[in-house]
Order: sequence, then C-alpha cells, then structure tokens
Amino acid sequence: MTTSDMTDVTGAESAGDPRANEAAGGAAGVAPVPAQQELSEAAADGPVTDHSGAELESEGIALPGDGAKAEKTTRAHRPRSFEVSDFERPTSKQEEWRFTPLRVLAPLFEDAETDVRGEDDHPVTYDVDTPEGVEASTLAPGEAPRGTALVPEDIVSAVASARCADALHLRAGRNAEIAEPARVTITGQGAERRGNAHIVLETEESAVATYVLDHRGSAQMAENVELIVGANSSMTVIALQDWDDDALHITTHHAKLGRDARLKHIVVSLGGRAVRVDVIGELVEPGAEIENLGLYFADADQYLEHRLFVDHAAPRCTSNSTYKGALQGKGARSVWVGDVLIRKEAEGTNTYELNRNLVLTDGARADSVPNLEIETGEIEGAGHAAATGRFDDEQLFYLRARGIPELEARRLVVRGFFAELIQQIDVPEIREHLTASIETELERSMN
Amino acid sequence: MSILEIKDLHATVETPEGTKEILKGVDLTIKGGETHAIMGPNGSGKSTLAYSIAGHPKYEITGGSVMLDGEDVLEMSVDERARAGLFLAMQYPVEVPGVTVSNFLRTAKTAVSGQAPALRTWVKDVKSAMADLKMDEAFADRNVNEGFSGGEKKRHEILQMELLKPSIAILDETDSGLDVDALRIVSEGVNRAKANTDLGVMLITHYTRILNYIKPDFVHVFVDGRVAEQGGPELAERLEAEGYERFLAGAE
Repeated sequence: MTTSDMTDVTGAESAGDPRANEAAGGAAGVAPVPAQQELSEAAADGPVTDHSGAELESEGIALPGDGAKAEKTTRAHRPRSFEVSDFERPTSKQEEWRFTPLRVLAPLFEDAETDVRGEDDHPVTYDVDTPEGVEASTLAPGEAPRGTALVPEDIVSAVASARCADALHLRAGRNAEIAEPARVTITGQGAERRGNAHIVLETEESAVATYVLDHRGSAQMAENVELIVGANSSMTVIALQDWDDDALHITTHHAKLGRDARLKHIVVSLGGRAVRVDVIGELVEPGAEIENLGLYFADADQYLEHRLFVDHAAPRCTSNSTYKGALQGKGARSVWVGDVLIRKEAEGTNTYELNRNLVLTDGARADSVPNLEIETGEIEGAGHAAATGRFDDEQLFYLRARGIPELEARRLVVRGFFAELIQQIDVPEIREHLTASIETELERSMN
Repeated sequence: MSILEIKDLHATVETPEGTKEILKGVDLTIKGGETHAIMGPNGSGKSTLAYSIAGHPKYEITGGSVMLDGEDVLEMSVDERARAGLFLAMQYPVEVPGVTVSNFLRTAKTAVSGQAPALRTWVKDVKSAMADLKMDEAFADRNVNEGFSGGEKKRHEILQMELLKPSIAILDETDSGLDVDALRIVSEGVNRAKANTDLGVMLITHYTRILNYIKPDFVHVFVDGRVAEQGGPELAERLEAEGYERFLAGAE
C-alpha cells in the first residue's frame, strides 16, 4: 500500500460515528439517572440491528441496582489463583469458554510440562533483541515484579505460570526513553510440542518503551504476558500471532497501570489453527489510559478469539478499544468479547469500545459481544459499537461493473477496512509486514 | 464512434418456480451520441436487459449476441465489459463497506484507463464533477453508498459515469424516486457527458418525466421481453397520453 492510498482512506470508519448498520450503546455525562434509564431501555429492547445476514451479536449492559444478577455477572468476580488445582477444565457451559472450540484446544487444558527434548531442543525458542536501555533478565515464580499484575484467571494461565521457572523480564528503567522497539521472536518448533511461557514487560516510572512479541512457527503454546506499566510511563506492546496453520495458542495479557500511565496494546492475529487472546487491563490509579487495538484475519477452519477486559477502578482513567477482523473461507470463525467495568470509585471515566467485522465469503462467522458494566453515574462517557458487514456478490458485481478486477476489488475493500488501524501502528516495518500479510491472505482466497 | 449492437438477445433467470425466460429476442442498436429511451411497464424485462449487458451472473444468456465496436461483449467478464467502455448506472447501487468514494473512484479510473490518473488533474476533475452534481466535498470520504439517500446514490452513479467516460452508458431507472431538483441535477450530468464525450445512452425508464430533461433520439417500447414498437420522441408523447395498455393487450 502506498502512502497516498493510506491518506485517502483516513477516517473511513471512525469510532463514535453511529451508522445505520451497527449496534451501539452508551452513556455519557454526569446525569446518572437519565443515563441509566436510557441504558435499561437499550438493554431491554436489545438494540441489535441487522448486519446483512452475518450471524452476530448479543450485548449486555449491567447497571447499578440490577441486584443479584449484576453481582453474579460482574467480570471482576472471576477467581484468580496461582494454584492449578483451583481451576477446572473449561466446559462450553461456562460463559468465558462458550465460543471456544474446546476439543481443538484440548491439549492446552492439560497440566503438561514444557516439551524439552534436550539442552538445545526446546519446543519454543526465544530470540530477544533489545535496544540499549532495555534490560533483559529472568524471574522465578513469586519473584517480583512477576505476579504483581498477572494472577491467573483460568487453567491455561495457571499452568503456564506454574510451569515456567524462568520468566523473561524486559525492563525499561526510570525516565528511560527508548525509541527502538525491543523484540522477542518466539518460534514454535513443532505443532505437537507443548510450550509454557511467562513474559514480564515493564516500564518504570516515566519510561517510554515499545515491546514486540512475534509468534511464528508452530507449537501448543500456553502463555502469559504480564505488563507492568509504571507511573507516568508509556508502554506500547505489539503482539503478532503469525503462527503456521497448525499452531494452538492461548495467551493472557494482563496489564496493571500506575498513575497517569499509558498503555497502547496492539494485537495482530493472522496465523494459527486456534488462537485465543485474553487482554486484561487494570486501571487502578487515577489518570491512566489504555488504548487497545486489534486486527485479525481468519481463514478457512481457523478460529481466532479476542477477549478484552478493562477494569476501571480509579478516577479519571480513559480506555479505548478498537478491534477489526476480516473473515474468509468455510469455517473461518472469530469471536470478540469486550468487557468494560466501571467501578463505583471510577468517577470521571471515559471509555469506548468498537468491534467491526468484515465477512468476505460464505461459511464464515463472526461473533461480537460488547459488555458494559457501570457502577457509578459520575462518568464522562461510556459507549460501545459492534457491527459486522458482508462483502457479497452484489458488492463484487458493483465494483467489477466499474472495471475493477475481482482480486483488486477484494483488496480495495479489505485495505480500506483495516487502513485506519494499521496507521496507528507506530513501527513502520510492522505496518509493512502487516500490509504484505493481508495481501497474502487475500491472494490465498483467490486461488 | 462507438456502436452497441444487440441482436435477438434471449436471457433466463432461475426462480423458485424454475427457469424463466425474461428476454425473448431483443434487437437494438445504439451509436455514440444517440440517446435511446427504453420505456415499458414494470416486469417487462427492462432491468434484465441492462444487467444482462453488464454481465450480472444472475442472468443466463441463452441466445443472441451483444457486440460493442465489433467485439463480443458476451465473451467478456464483468470488469472487461466496463473496461471496454460500457457503463451501467444502477437502479439500486449497493453499499461497499470500508471503501471511500475517493478511493473507489480512483481505483475504477485506474482500472478503466489502464493507468493511474495524474494526481493533480484527477483531484481537480473529481472536485469539479462533484460540484457540478451539487455533491458536498465530504462525500469523497464517505464509504461507497453507505448511508446515502436515494438522490445521493443516483448522483454518485452519474458522478462515476462522468469521470469514467464510457462510450455507452445504460441508465437503469436513474430517474425513479428522484425529486425534481435531483432529477434536474442528474439529467444535467447526463447531458454534460453527452456533450463532452459523444456518449451513447440507453435510458431505461418507467416514466416520461425524465424525457423533459434528456431528449431522446429514439423511443423503444419494451413489453414482455422484447421491443414492441419504436419511433422518435413523438412515441413518448403517445405513451404519455395512452399508457402501456395497448401494448400489454397485444402481448397477451
């Protein structure tokens, strides 16, 4: 894609621009009562509009005063523990696993050790490339700061934590401003081999750093990524799931932000047989900000799940989440769940989350579930939008009737769809890599 | 000068009740610079004729020929037809998610002319064509047809026609549902294209009103899948006075 291409499509889909074909909900301002009424009505009516045939969406909005139901469904009440025995094997009856193909991912629910077959024969290799100013070391279980942000919430995370003796720890020291990204290239050595990983990424007070985690090759990978974002620091994380077609991957990214800290968290999932990414962000000090960005492209028989949880537990924090996915081919499947909790003490919160899906062929399915729980009326704004559009034969005919060949027509649609997101990735080579990967995905669909 | 020759064209469509023949032997020749009004009652097959020429996969051509400047149109893919110089202004233009009008127009122009237009003149051309059609500049940044009103969609179709400069344009009920202002703006666009490029026009319409704005050279009455009668502009006046009943009775 050329620069002029990108400029041209700026703002193709801007958040907060409710269109006819999207489900949107929200509350704003410091007038709790009307806002609550509006939300209650919205929840009762189920303001979910049709999205041209794609199968979609449910949404939940829990409010103060919903009593027992709200108590029970509050996302924050999920148990956390380092003990593997505290967790049961997931079943599809559990809300947090109801979409996930449990049979496909079954190997990852085993409490299995890392499949090391010799000193130089690990199931997953880690190539760590750090710029000056980023220190790399390892942390044993319980060795701070490991475990100060991430306490496992499910069995996969608990096993990954328990079975990783030496977590990779990358740290940008106080006031360090590091322009070059630190990269960890994580390469699976075989689809039948189990890897357990725990990675701790840290920016100390007022530090600025970018971390790139690039997953390649194939493995059965249980992974935790713990993000410790110190006061007034700025951390960017780019997690690429660039796996081969047979990889299985379940990962939990758990961030804790200090006062006035900023986290830009970017997930790009293109590869793998089945990938599930949980992204948890805790806003526990005032003035902190999370920006969650995600891009995924699911092919035939590929499952990609992204679950976000932003926990607003302190005043005047901001969170924005934008995830976009394209799907093509029979059995292509994506799930996006966006939970936002605004706790009683989180006055002055501003939050917005958006998920858009583009279904390119028949036989693909995208689910999109935004959930907003609000325990205080004293907020700046809270909203969400989810929509799934289809690229169908009539659209293809329309573009072709203007002289545009089929592959070019698909490119046009998909590039335009992702352009806004790709522009927000600050590392040029990753932008280029992404653009090229999307081209490859498209060409694959044409053959 | 371009020439579109349709000879004994037959086309069918699959319906739940089985295969149905819609076009039953259409003969029609349109030359550059000429405007042919195709008038007929609903269900007579006017739109099927338009879509069959453009190559919509829903319709199967079972007989006859369509030639553009001696080239066999029916052998061409949809996009090849457009690149050969055919343009179909659709009655119900579809929304295309994620694609802005400006990106769409430039991609189409590049495809049709075989090379990217020179940026500076292109931007100027788009702006002036949009101004002529009373389209706000903000239009360029909106997604194709997404949230457009009926009138905006039709103006957007004419905008494409003016910029892509086809040799033969088929306007499929472009006038339907337009208020007088929009109809005038759209008609002016068609007349501009005719004046500037020797465009041949197949103007498909149900109503005679648009003929007050776009003067046809020939009028064809389309009934039951074929041209039932043809003549000059005076035929439109007769239709205005008498309606289609006379032709319908004949078709039974």
